[in-house]
Amino acid sequence: MTLLAVSDLHADLGRREVLHGISFTVSEGEFVGLIGPNGAGKTTLLRAILGLTPSKGTVIIGNEVKPAPRVQARLVSYLPQEREIAWPVTVERVVALGRAPHLPGFAAPGEADLAAIRSAMRRMEVEDFAQRAATELSGGEQARVLIARALAQEAPLMLADEPAAGLDPAHQIALMKIFAGLADEGSSVVACLHDLGLAARFCTRLILLQDGRIVADGAPRDVLTDELLRSSYGVKSFLGEHEGGLIVQPFDLADGSGHGG
Amino acid sequence: MTDTSRYRLVLAALSLAVVLLFLMSLATGPAAIGFADSMRALLSGDAYEITLIMREIRLPRAILGLMVGATLGLSGAVLQGYLRNPLAEPGLLGISATASLGAVLTIYTGVSLVFPLALPLAALAGAGVAVLVVRAMAGGSGGTLSIILAGIALSAFAGAMTSLALNLSPNPFAAMEIVFWMLGSLTDRSMIHVSLAAPFMVLGWVMLALTARALDALTLGASAAASLGFDLRRTQLLAVGGTAASVGAATAVAGAIGFVGLVVPHILRPLVGSMPSRLLPASALGGAAMLLAADILVRLIAPERDLKLGVLTAMVGAPFFLWLIWRSRRTML
Amino acid sequence: MRVRDRIGIWLAWPSGPALAVLPAILLALVCAAGAASAAPARVVSMNVCTDQMAMLVAADGQLRSVTHLATDPQTSAMVDEAKAFPVNHGLAEEIFLMRPDLVLAGTYTATATVNLLQNLGIRVELFDPVNTFADVREQIVRVGKLLGREGRAAEVVAELDSGLKELATSSSGVTALGWSSNSYATGAGTFTDEVMKVAGLTNIAAREGIQGGARVPLETLLAAKPDLIVTGSETYARPAIAQDNFIHPAFRAYVAGGKEVSVPDKYWVCGAPFTLEAVRILRTAAEATGAAR
Repeated sequence: MTLLAVSDLHADLGRREVLHGISFTVSEGEFVGLIGPNGAGKTTLLRAILGLTPSKGTVIIGNEVKPAPRVQARLVSYLPQEREIAWPVTVERVVALGRAPHLPGFAAPGEADLAAIRSAMRRMEVEDFAQRAATELSGGEQARVLIARALAQEAPLMLADEPAAGLDPAHQIALMKIFAGLADEGSSVVACLHDLGLAARFCTRLILLQDGRIVADGAPRDVLTDELLRSSYGVKSFLGEHEGGLIVQPFDLADGSGHGG
Repeated sequence: MTDTSRYRLVLAALSLAVVLLFLMSLATGPAAIGFADSMRALLSGDAYEITLIMREIRLPRAILGLMVGATLGLSGAVLQGYLRNPLAEPGLLGISATASLGAVLTIYTGVSLVFPLALPLAALAGAGVAVLVVRAMAGGSGGTLSIILAGIALSAFAGAMTSLALNLSPNPFAAMEIVFWMLGSLTDRSMIHVSLAAPFMVLGWVMLALTARALDALTLGASAAASLGFDLRRTQLLAVGGTAASVGAATAVAGAIGFVGLVVPHILRPLVGSMPSRLLPASALGGAAMLLAADILVRLIAPERDLKLGVLTAMVGAPFFLWLIWRSRRTML
Repeated sequence: MRVRDRIGIWLAWPSGPALAVLPAILLALVCAAGAASAAPARVVSMNVCTDQMAMLVAADGQLRSVTHLATDPQTSAMVDEAKAFPVNHGLAEEIFLMRPDLVLAGTYTATATVNLLQNLGIRVELFDPVNTFADVREQIVRVGKLLGREGRAAEVVAELDSGLKELATSSSGVTALGWSSNSYATGAGTFTDEVMKVAGLTNIAAREGIQGGARVPLETLLAAKPDLIVTGSETYARPAIAQDNFIHPAFRAYVAGGKEVSVPDKYWVCGAPFTLEAVRILRTAAEATGAAR
């Protein structure tokens, strides 16, 4: 079943058009990595899908075009790039905010909500500091708390903007495994990723964005080719296999790419 | 959850404080009337002059002290949550000053004599303009510096225009009343003022209360809040409209009273686990308690001098404000 | 102080052609001083009370200017008379150009202006605000002397005294409070107190120990239960919060039974025979209240 269908999406920030007609669909069980160089339009694409940035084109979420905000919030969770926690609220309460779309008016969280909160905290290993103020945690711990908040939302589709940034390798890999696990359970994840190694190893599908256009869309092995990485990122890469998985490691600038410096 | 029972305890303690201070306010005044006599006169109406004093002078004063204080505490908590900035407050953001200007323009031109509702409406309009300007200046990220600078500019401009309007009045007393509009007072306010301002304050409270859940979500930033299903345009409308209605009406009858909206949410935030939604009722009660206490003090310290409320709130609030800036100066810019 | 001001004027004096005018000006100053012994012919008043005393006492043509307040019906009881004179606004330059040989001013008139005029060699006579009818008599007599109109001054004093003789009454036991904008009440030692006494009223503020003026909050007023509340007939073109005390529901309820008596300010801001009108109004009110008891 298709969870997200984007067709001919255009978006501009100020005078500059950032997305020039993007079309793709995401089905249940997919873990899609959104990759591309800086300024390719990855963040804008996620925001345009959510309606946070004005856009032209069609976005169908679930089977609705532009669902009402609360309906949309039950279908899509979003993890913004900026990790903001304005007040020293406890970790548990931050995670509980993910239940907002499921709670009418001023209702208190019920059993199902508390279960979702506990399971999300367990998944992101933040239970130990559930009663501590989220603002007192380290950057990596805060990142995990915010991911737990998105997980608690229990939406079938998650859009995540640089979720792995600032995490140590163990937590990066753990996070990618959690996303892959969500996909196995039938949810879908679309994540902007800069770490091509992580993208290659864990995503079921990659979409390569360059200058607001999709230049490649397919299995990691088909997208992460030396040729495409040279033309889009301007880098030479080592591509290899280890324990049956794909290894991608950019190691130098490609000649005449214009990315010198 | 243990923090919920602690939250209930905080609300109960604050409510008790408000009730006690309200009674103390009723019992305080230049006419020496015993507490029992004053309450009997208030309720029964036997003693003509004392009943008049209780019902027409002290009761409206206590009611306004409670309502104006609640308005300032509540709107301070909402503005801080909405702008995600601990320095936001109606006084510092210039909202009280522009509301004063609106009120001054209707009172001293005589418009409010002909059409009394013009008074709260004009103050509301003034306050609304200020909130919108501050909101526009703050941008998406709610940067402290731009918010405070916008507040300074608005306060200075509104203060100057207020002073101009008062200086141009043919009434020789008008020019001296700048003090009232800049520092606020509840002296000899009447039930007329209560009936004019109360409906707008209550309307404002309802609008502000409806932002509670969205303010919680805004803890994680505007994008996250929007993705959690909160219509931020609606939240903005409620926060701006609610602040304008309640602070506008409060200022129209009591003048601009600073720092209550800053100090009260700050003191109470740690006690309610920093949740913006829980801070709202607590700050409303705390603001009411603080203003009632200040209004009792101005009557006790110098009964014959008609001290202004803003003098007391600033003596507590300004050092507090400086301490906040000192504490947060590394993250300010 | 005065010497230094003179030096300042010397230093500020322009050089060149203007310097040639200097001897002429000095001569004029000396002549003005010399002429002061005779009755002054060009009298200018800078205070609304001296305005009215001068208008009552001066000979035709002797008074050259009165203040703009003399034509304001709020503060002046002699508006019609004042219309015959050019008005001044108490500015030194304006007064100096009228070339007065005597200026009458109040002790509360802007000190800087008075000093400047004196430094320019103009004779300025200062008058304190009056607090009693004795003060009023004394000041009228003094104006008479200054203007060389002792006979006319005696007539005015006689008019005042015969009026007082007719109106003054012993204490009626009726209590009253003079209450004005911003809830200010007038206590002992004020002209208001004197007028109230003459009209047979007991000034509650004076009885409670208030000297001069003090704020008497509405609440205190109600608790003191005065029989009468004496207000001004202050009407301003535009409202101010200062007058909110008069529209407060508690005040309106208290005075609803005819407890408020209005005495236009103009009758007792300054003391003169027209102050008899204030006595008359208060006495009538006191008698009505006394009779009602």
